Amino acid sequence: MIHGRWGIEVSGVERHTIACIVDNEFGVLARVVGLFSGRGYNIESLTVAVVDVERELSRITLVTSGTRMIIEQIKAQLGRLVPIHQVIDLTDEGPHVERELALLRVESTGEKRAESLRIAEVFGARAVDSTQESLVFEITDTTDKLDSFIDHMGPLGLIEIARTGVVAIGRGAEVP
Amino acid sequence: MRFTGSEVVIKTLIDNGVDVIFGYPGGAVLPIYDAIFKQNELRHILVRHEQAAVHAAEGYARSTGKVGVVLVTSGPGATNAVTGLTDALMDSIPVVCLTGQVPTHLIGNDAFQEADTIGITRPCTKHNYLVKDVHKLSRTISEAFYVARSGRPGPVVVDLPKDVVNAETNYEKLGKIEHRSYRPVTHAEPSAVEDAVTLVESAERPIIYSGGGIINSGDRASKLLKELARVTGFPVTNTLMGLGGYPGNDPQFIGMLGMHGTFESNMAMHDCDVMIAVGARFDDRVTGRLSDFAPVAKKIQIDIDRSSINKNVFVDIPLVGDAANVLEAFLAVWKKRKSTTNKKAIENWWEQIERWRKVDCLKYENSQSTIKPQYALQRLHELTKDLDVYFTTEVGQHQMWAAQFLRFDEPHRWMTSGGLGTMGYGFPAAMGVQIAHPKSLVIDVAGEASFLMNMQELSTVTQYRLPVKVFIMNNEYMGMVRQWQEFFHGGRYAESYTDSLPDFVALAEAYGMKGLRATKPDEVDDLITEMIAHDGPVVADVMVEKMENVFPMIPAGAGHHEMKLGSDDDVAPRTEDGMVLV
Repeated sequence: MIHGRWGIEVSGVERHTIACIVDNEFGVLARVVGLFSGRGYNIESLTVAVVDVERELSRITLVTSGTRMIIEQIKAQLGRLVPIHQVIDLTDEGPHVERELALLRVESTGEKRAESLRIAEVFGARAVDSTQESLVFEITDTTDKLDSFIDHMGPLGLIEIARTGVVAIGRGAEVP
Repeated sequence: MRFTGSEVVIKTLIDNGVDVIFGYPGGAVLPIYDAIFKQNELRHILVRHEQAAVHAAEGYARSTGKVGVVLVTSGPGATNAVTGLTDALMDSIPVVCLTGQVPTHLIGNDAFQEADTIGITRPCTKHNYLVKDVHKLSRTISEAFYVARSGRPGPVVVDLPKDVVNAETNYEKLGKIEHRSYRPVTHAEPSAVEDAVTLVESAERPIIYSGGGIINSGDRASKLLKELARVTGFPVTNTLMGLGGYPGNDPQFIGMLGMHGTFESNMAMHDCDVMIAVGARFDDRVTGRLSDFAPVAKKIQIDIDRSSINKNVFVDIPLVGDAANVLEAFLAVWKKRKSTTNKKAIENWWEQIERWRKVDCLKYENSQSTIKPQYALQRLHELTKDLDVYFTTEVGQHQMWAAQFLRFDEPHRWMTSGGLGTMGYGFPAAMGVQIAHPKSLVIDVAGEASFLMNMQELSTVTQYRLPVKVFIMNNEYMGMVRQWQEFFHGGRYAESYTDSLPDFVALAEAYGMKGLRATKPDEVDDLITEMIAHDGPVVADVMVEKMENVFPMIPAGAGHHEMKLGSDDDVAPRTEDGMVLV
């Protein structure tokens, strides 16, 4: 294994959650997405929304995976995009909170209906809509928990899933 | 006072120190051309194809250190500029390209001559802007100049819808422009500089490997690089883009490195124990097979672009910052510590390098009957070396021979398309150089195939009486393609022979220029002398040996130490992977 000054290893794919503070301007998301597709990096999920209306700043949260060398490249490449103010590698910076929201529509009558409501309770999901034959569940949790909930709902009449992708934020009182 | 957007464009350019722009008019930029017509401060050079406008601006920029400026129309004007923009991005050349655009209310309507210029140029520029509000026009253009020249330079596009340049606004000269988020790092971490000095002190087989970053950083970087070489006594090799960043005639200079670099520089790179990379990005043409690249070396890399570090090659001590600033900081620590090198080891290292040098890797078999391209370039170098001369090149064999046989003692004298490898670059780039240096000798070392790609600019050269000399090494083949076909594809020369070439002498004369031809070695000196002496543009058609190959050569997928010196050596790719390398 080779180590550089920045502790870089050759092998081993890592999953990183990276937040970028960007100017909320025309085309900024296309620049980020174009960087990933143009250079062949993975995007597992990507979310974007304005976080500071006054200063016209948006936060892009993306989850990517690659070797340590690729992750470092991704951060350096993001950092040199002109409208990007800050690149924060939440995975590297230690303790942080990651959440994702999903909506699941389930065809559910009779026994299956009772079962899906029971499982939803276990996962802390809420039924946010209901008809005679269907339910819509909302779940907000880590990606793993969402995956697991979706697995459980599969045999219980799952029709459709919508997921937001990950948003994440660091812990503690420090300003990043 | 109220001004139209077009007038604001011109005023902003002038306020940013622009005195010449390269461009081509069209519907969407008519108001801007009208504003150009009504003033006398800004000179416009009318090219014959938008790609040439960008290359001309690159030549202007690279030979002056200033930002080159381009103005083209919407749609095809912008798409034709894309190759030039990509070339400037790959070689870190500061260019601002203003593109016309259909009026804002028609954007997205598939209007006549509409293209999604911002979308198309996003990956081939450092940054781009669409200006939708005339009040933001001046600031945006000034910001484009700031972005183009700051940090690692590059091309910036400003897309200007026709209604925006027709609208009115106030104009005030802006002060210093910065960008609210783009602030490149210019000074390296002091602790890392200290570590670098410690490593350099201990070096036994060191090498300084410098690239285009030295030239982009400016003359101060070049001077400091010389000082670094002087205080350490280390050998220096340059990349293709870095030639002239260190004096080519200095005894510590061991030539260009990489695929067609010198034997001594590649062997020294392979065997070195400490490498100091300055403004060089470990391009695949330089490194050869990565697993064999300088396997035992501790590497220091100075680069203004953090993403250039650890991209291909792991670096032990990265120094992120402007080359001049970092070299200055390094030398300050060196002096403060009264650092010394391991003299005995360095002496031994130089003895080894001299043994490699004695191989005389650039030697070739000269001929009495046909002009060897190497001979033509040797003579060109001999007969121009004491003159105020600038060289540009096209792309291919002639480019590599030019890099091997021309020597540059100062930066800004050598303009070539290194990263993108754009055939057709050299001639328009030479126009840009000549505009910037009207009294200097400007020579485009060309291949006939490359020249064909932008030879419409003969018309531009004639119109502006630019005394550019095109020195065509005519072998009737796309020489580098043919060479690879000979080595790697069983000598099947698929489509690499150019039939129906024009008579270049008659072609030159058709434009009212001078045309010259040499077919025998003893005619070369006369041709060069006459070409230099002529007070106007010249096309020189030098008929060279058709089947000559560029050596030395690192076969695709091989390491530096596996360099081949001549045709008798087996140059086949070392590996399956090597076969797919470009």
